[in-house]
Amino acid sequence: MKRLMTGNEAIARGAWEYGICFASAYPGTPSTEILENIALYNKDIYSEWAPNEKVALESAIGASIAGVRSLSAMKHVGVNVAADPLFTFAYTGVNSGMVLISADDPGMHSSQNEQDNRNYAAFAKIAMFEPSDSQECKDMVGEALKISEDFDIPALIRITTRISHSKGIVVCEDERLEMPNKPYIKKMEKYVAVPAHSRKLRINLEDRQKRLAEYSETTSMNSIEWENRGIGVIASGIVYQYAREALGDGASYLKLGFTHPLPMKKIRDFASKVDKLWVIEEGDPYLENQIKAAGIICSGRDTFSGIGELSAGEIGLKIAGNSCEVLSSDTSKVVPRPPAFCAGCPHRGFFYQLGKMKNLMITGDIGCYALAFNKPFNAIDTVICMGASISTGHGAQKAFEIKGEDRRVVAVLGDSTFFHTGINSLLNIVYNNSKTITCILDNRITGMTGHQENPGSGYNLRGEPASAVNIEEVCRSLGVKNIQTINPNDLKKVKETLKWAMELDEPVVIITRWPCVLKKFSQEDKTEFGNIFSKYHVDIEACTACKACLKAGCPAISLSKDSKKVEIAQASCTGCGVCAQICPAEAIFREEI
Amino acid sequence: MVKNILLVGVGGQGTLLASKLLTTGLMEAGYDVKMNEIHGMSQRGGSVSSHVRYGEKVFSPVIDRGAADILVSFEEMEALRWLEYLKPEGKVVVNKFRSNPVSMLTGDTKYPENILDLITSKADAIILDACQIAEKLGNSRVMNIVLLGALIEVIGINSIDWEGLIEKHVKYDFVDINIKAFKAGRNQV
Ligand SMILES: Cc1ncc(C[n+]2csc(CCOP(=O)(O)OP(=O)(O)O)c2C)c(N)n1
Repeated sequence: MKRLMTGNEAIARGAWEYGICFASAYPGTPSTEILENIALYNKDIYSEWAPNEKVALESAIGASIAGVRSLSAMKHVGVNVAADPLFTFAYTGVNSGMVLISADDPGMHSSQNEQDNRNYAAFAKIAMFEPSDSQECKDMVGEALKISEDFDIPALIRITTRISHSKGIVVCEDERLEMPNKPYIKKMEKYVAVPAHSRKLRINLEDRQKRLAEYSETTSMNSIEWENRGIGVIASGIVYQYAREALGDGASYLKLGFTHPLPMKKIRDFASKVDKLWVIEEGDPYLENQIKAAGIICSGRDTFSGIGELSAGEIGLKIAGNSCEVLSSDTSKVVPRPPAFCAGCPHRGFFYQLGKMKNLMITGDIGCYALAFNKPFNAIDTVICMGASISTGHGAQKAFEIKGEDRRVVAVLGDSTFFHTGINSLLNIVYNNSKTITCILDNRITGMTGHQENPGSGYNLRGEPASAVNIEEVCRSLGVKNIQTINPNDLKKVKETLKWAMELDEPVVIITRWPCVLKKFSQEDKTEFGNIFSKYHVDIEACTACKACLKAGCPAISLSKDSKKVEIAQASCTGCGVCAQICPAEAIFREEI
Repeated sequence: MVKNILLVGVGGQGTLLASKLLTTGLMEAGYDVKMNEIHGMSQRGGSVSSHVRYGEKVFSPVIDRGAADILVSFEEMEALRWLEYLKPEGKVVVNKFRSNPVSMLTGDTKYPENILDLITSKADAIILDACQIAEKLGNSRVMNIVLLGALIEVIGINSIDWEGLIEKHVKYDFVDINIKAFKAGRNQV
């Protein structure tokens, strides 16, 4: 059956068709929909969200060793978190096949960096596949599992945003390949990575690399398309599609779908039969460096910068001189649409108050709340990686003390981020007695990536009720003595609580607890928070047009061109009431329902 | 020949459903189809785009600058933002509808003047008030299907049973109004 699928959907389909039984991930754009779609096959595949990527990968490793085919998926930076188990799992090898999906984000559509995770395959010495469309995403899951088992090695499938989120036609099989589960046999010398064993595994890993290199030469995934031999192009992943689009039959192609180890004989042979060889890549010159190290002359990085995404247009222009006419128009007046806190976002009230406090350093984290660096809040000073708010805040606080500077550090992170890697950092705050003020903005869901359940939300990926971790109890058991949980929409309470924390000279945690307005409310949410939705209106007579309420940065509030007074868009207002508390003229009132 | 259709708008306007119907129809008609969507920030008021490419064999899922045969913009300013993606001889369908980014709400920026005039002076444009048409039918949310109807008329593929597709992909209670919206859109062209 033919279906239009995104790369992520096709990988999920591949997981089902090729007999994967266990899948674990932590959400992260552009990888998130892989597990969301695998969860739809819940009759055949057990799937779960892990609190972070290291836990996800380790769980998939355990499932493989125990004897079922497994998968773990994450965004590129997630592999940094999961790198520790990955490197040693290459030594031990698998029992049943294991694939790791890394979804990279060239161009940083929704990421903090654009690292090229192909480097991990060479670094960890594992097999790597790079699909160039949705059909290949599905097919390569099957091939990766087979290679993982045949060569006793974890397999990496490396995709990028345009592969994850582009749809293409996929031919689906109606039946799932039922793999016989493998027996679990204790093999200390294989799975216990102590030095004596690892030294042997290390030698064996080198041998497996050699055999994989032979496979790379013969697999149909590395294939040549002969057209015009004046130009030879080597490319992998989406870049192959861009090059093929741009140059058509004006060039010959060596399309690489299996990219670690590389088929160097095939590459050398291809290079010898074309006049000019181009190696075209987004990200790092991963292919080019190896090809050049093998003594083969080629161009690539001298022409394509590796910064951001490539396009067919850029390739056509730089290699073939194809330019196309573009409608030039004055776009200088086109206003950008940067993301902003939604109307009713529970982060708003908290940052409205925090942004007004003086002499702070506010260490932020990765989540919707990072948007508070923007106007009108200007209330985030740093964002590095998930979980970094508390630990960078700790180092900064100590540095201010060393320097004798009277500046207080406030660390801000969300519930999902706290579970991801915040807990260890809070442990450090207690252990090393830091007066950093930790603020956990608990909106009862993983918001930024599109509302995934997490260990605090009370549900799991399969939609079943799960034990909901109590953040306050976690903090208390780590040894934090000063903890308050508040409603972030209550501005007076937020202000008082921040003041209370400032006066303390020891570890302190503030938890704001209010649901994201976009989340689907569970029965527990409804019981705890009641019906949170209502509407607010402006009394035009009373409004003095002082614009104080605009400082809330709410997309529902605007200055009317006609009346020159403030108005609230009824379609967007959700009734959080923050603007009404800010209004000095008491001109904003709640609609009685 | 591969045809390129770019649908752009603002999060929440229903571009995704429109491009889903479009691509499904094209696939069922036997074309090779690819589509790319950038919608990461759609829930937070960001600009969204769907690139749809179809033909005998499609390689890249992304439409380059200057390559779109048809640009359908669900919002006025977005049409201007994406105009350079249109082929000089291409056609643009613009919805007479404005959505203000946050910086406009606070009075820090202004909505650009005369956008529609500017666009008509540069390209072959069809301008329609899909929102008003949808409201007249009884639900402003079917604006996206009005625009889809206009687009299909511009593309001119008549061998596809678009209304049957709507029936298959839209919730039962909304099938009627969506088909009316689709027809109304077609009549605008
Ligand atoms: C290592 C890593 N994994 C995943 C992500 C993707 N990511 C960005 S924000 C976010 C979730 C944040 O959720 P939460 O802390 O609850 O804050 P909210 O967005 O709900 O305010 C995730 C998973 C990332 N940037 N880095």
